[in-house]
Amino acid sequence: MTNEGSKLNKIGNKLLYFVVSTLVIMAFPVILTIQMGGKLLKKDLLVFKNKEGEGKVRKFIIDKWLGETYTAQNNRVFVYFLFPALGSFLLFVALPFFQGLWFSLTDWNGLNTGRESFIGFENYRTIITDYAFMYSFFRTVIYSVLNIIVINVVAFSMALLVTQKLKGKNIYRAGFFMPNLIGGLVLGYIWQFIFNKAFVEFGGALDPSILINGDTALIGLIVVVTWQYAGYIMMIYIAAIQNIPQDLVEASKIDGANMFQRLKAITLPLVAQAFTVALFLTLVTSFKQFDTVTSLTQGGPATQLPAWIGSIYDKDLLPVVQSTNLIALNIYSEAFDNYEMGIGQAKAIVFFVVLLTFSLIQVYYNKRREVEM
Amino acid sequence: MKKEKIGLILLEVFAIILLIAFFYPFYIIIINAAKSYSEIITDPLSLPDNIFQIFTNAKEVMAKPNINYFSSFMYSVIITLVSLIAIGIFSAMAAWVLVRTKTRYSLIIFMIFLSGMVIPFQVVMLPLVRLLQTMKDITGIPFKGTVHGIILAYIGFGAPLSIFLFHGFIKSIPMDIEEAAIIDGCTKSQVFFKVILPILKPIFVTLLVLNGMWIWNDYLLPVLILGKGSSVQTLPLSVSMLAGNYFKDWSLILTSVLTAALPVVILFLFAQKHIIKGMTSGAIK
Repeated sequence: MTNEGSKLNKIGNKLLYFVVSTLVIMAFPVILTIQMGGKLLKKDLLVFKNKEGEGKVRKFIIDKWLGETYTAQNNRVFVYFLFPALGSFLLFVALPFFQGLWFSLTDWNGLNTGRESFIGFENYRTIITDYAFMYSFFRTVIYSVLNIIVINVVAFSMALLVTQKLKGKNIYRAGFFMPNLIGGLVLGYIWQFIFNKAFVEFGGALDPSILINGDTALIGLIVVVTWQYAGYIMMIYIAAIQNIPQDLVEASKIDGANMFQRLKAITLPLVAQAFTVALFLTLVTSFKQFDTVTSLTQGGPATQLPAWIGSIYDKDLLPVVQSTNLIALNIYSEAFDNYEMGIGQAKAIVFFVVLLTFSLIQVYYNKRREVEM
Repeated sequence: MKKEKIGLILLEVFAIILLIAFFYPFYIIIINAAKSYSEIITDPLSLPDNIFQIFTNAKEVMAKPNINYFSSFMYSVIITLVSLIAIGIFSAMAAWVLVRTKTRYSLIIFMIFLSGMVIPFQVVMLPLVRLLQTMKDITGIPFKGTVHGIILAYIGFGAPLSIFLFHGFIKSIPMDIEEAAIIDGCTKSQVFFKVILPILKPIFVTLLVLNGMWIWNDYLLPVLILGKGSSVQTLPLSVSMLAGNYFKDWSLILTSVLTAALPVVILFLFAQKHIIKGMTSGAIK
C-alpha cells in the first residue's frame, strides 16, 4: 500500500512540476497577475481613471501605463514582450556572469557554499603557479592553431571543388555537411571506436591506436573535428564564392588568366569577408572544445610535462600531465573533480579574457584586409 | 575545351572519392551496430553476419535499467521542442519591441543582449549551478534536474543570438504594414501576433534549425543542470552513461549512437535546403 502511495505521490509531483514549469516558462506569473488583477479591479480602475488630473502621480500612472492612450499601450507591450527573454537572460546569463567575477576572488570549494570568504587574487596566483594549467593552455593554443589551419584549408578546398561545374555537386555538398549534424559527444565515441578498433586493423602507423600517444591523440582530435566542422565552414565559403560577380571571372578568362591566377587575384580577395567569419568561428569553437574531447580521449593519455615548461616552474623531476586536457576540460575537472570552484571560476575568467582578446585581434586584422564591393 | 572536360571528370572522380572517405565512418558505425560484441572484437571491418542483430542490440539498449533510453529520448524531444518554440516566440517579441520603440532604453537593452553573445558558457556554468540551488532554497521549486529548469536556461542562453537575428530582420519590415493594421483596429499585441509573426517565418525557420541542432546535441548544459543518472535525462547524457563504463560494450554503444543521430539525419534528408540555409545564414550575420 505504501509503495503504491509513494508511486502516486511521485506521479502527482511530476504532474505538478510539469504544470508549474509550463506556467513559469510562459511567464504567466507576471502577465497573468497583472491582467487578472486588471480585470478584477476594472471597476475601481474605471473610477480611478475617470478622476483625471487629480494629483501628478495618478495622472502619470494613468497616462503612461494604465490608460488606453497610445503611449500607455506601447509601454505595457514593451514590458510584457520584453520580460520573458530579458528575464531569463538576466537570470541565467548576466547574473551568473557577475557572480562569477566575485566567486573567482573567494575560496569557494563546493563544500562551503554560502560560507566562502574573500581571499583577493589568491586564486589567480594559484593558476599562474599551476604547471598543469599552463600546459593545458599551451596544448589548447597548439590545438587551436593547427585546427584553424586544417579546417579552413580543407573547407576552402572543398568549397572550390563543389563550386565547379560538377554533376553531383549538390550531393557532395550535402554529404560533406552531414557529419555536422551529429553532436560532438556522440562523435567522440564514434571516432574512439574507429581509431581504437577499426583503424588498427589496417596496421602500419595506425596500429597501435593513435589515441595512446599524446601528440598523435591531438592529431586524432583534429581529424575528428575537421571531419565534423569542415562541411559547415565549406558552406560559408560556398556562399561567398557564389557571390563573386561572374563577369569578373569571364573577363579574366578572356585576358588569359589561368586557374591559379584567378584564385589569387579574384577569388581570395573577394571572399575575405567569409574568411573573417570562418576564422572567427573556428577560433571560438576550437578554444571552447569540450564535448568531443571528453568522449574521445577524456583528456588523456598521460604524458610527461615538456622540459621547457618544467624549467619555468623549477621542476627537476618532470611531473605527469594529461596531454589532451584542453582548457575547457581543465576548468570542468577543476570544479567537479577537485571541487575547487573558486579556482575553476578564476580559470574560466582567464579563459574568457584570452578568448576575447584573440578573437578581437583576429577580427581586427582580417577586417582590414576585406575588399568593399 | 577538351582539356577542360578531362579536368572536370578528374575533379568529379576526386569528389566522389572524397565523399566516400567522408562517409566511411558512417559505414563503419552502421555495420558494427548490427553485430554482437564478440563479432566486433574479432573483425570490426567485415560485413555483419546477421543484419537483424541490430534490433537485438536496440532491445538490449532499451532494457538497460540505469540508462532508461526511451524516456531520455522522450525528454530530449520535449526539451528541444519546448525550448525551440519558447526561444523563437519570446525572442521575436523582445526583438520587435526593441526595434519599434526608439528610445535610449531599447538600445541599451539590445546592447546587453549582444554582449551576451561573447560570453563563453564556461564562465557562467559554475555560478549557474549554484544559482539554481539557491533558487530552490528560496522558492521551494526545484530547478536542478528538472525539465523546466533546463528549458528556462536554454531560453536565457538562446535569446541573444535569436534576438540579434530577429532584430536585423524586423528592421527591414516597413512600418506602414503595422500602421495599417492599427488603423484597421488591431491592438498593439494583436499587431505582433497577427501581422508580424507570420512575416517572420523564414527567419523563424532559420532559428529553429540553428537552435535545434545546438539543443539536441548539447552535452554540457544538461550534464550540469540535469546531471548524469538522474530521472530526467537527454540522449547525449544516456549515451555517455552507456559509454562511461570501464567495460565498453561497443555493440550497444554504437547502436545507441546510431539512434541518437538518426532523427537528425532523417530530418536533414527531408529539410536539407532549410537546414543548410539556416545554419549558414545564421553564421554569416
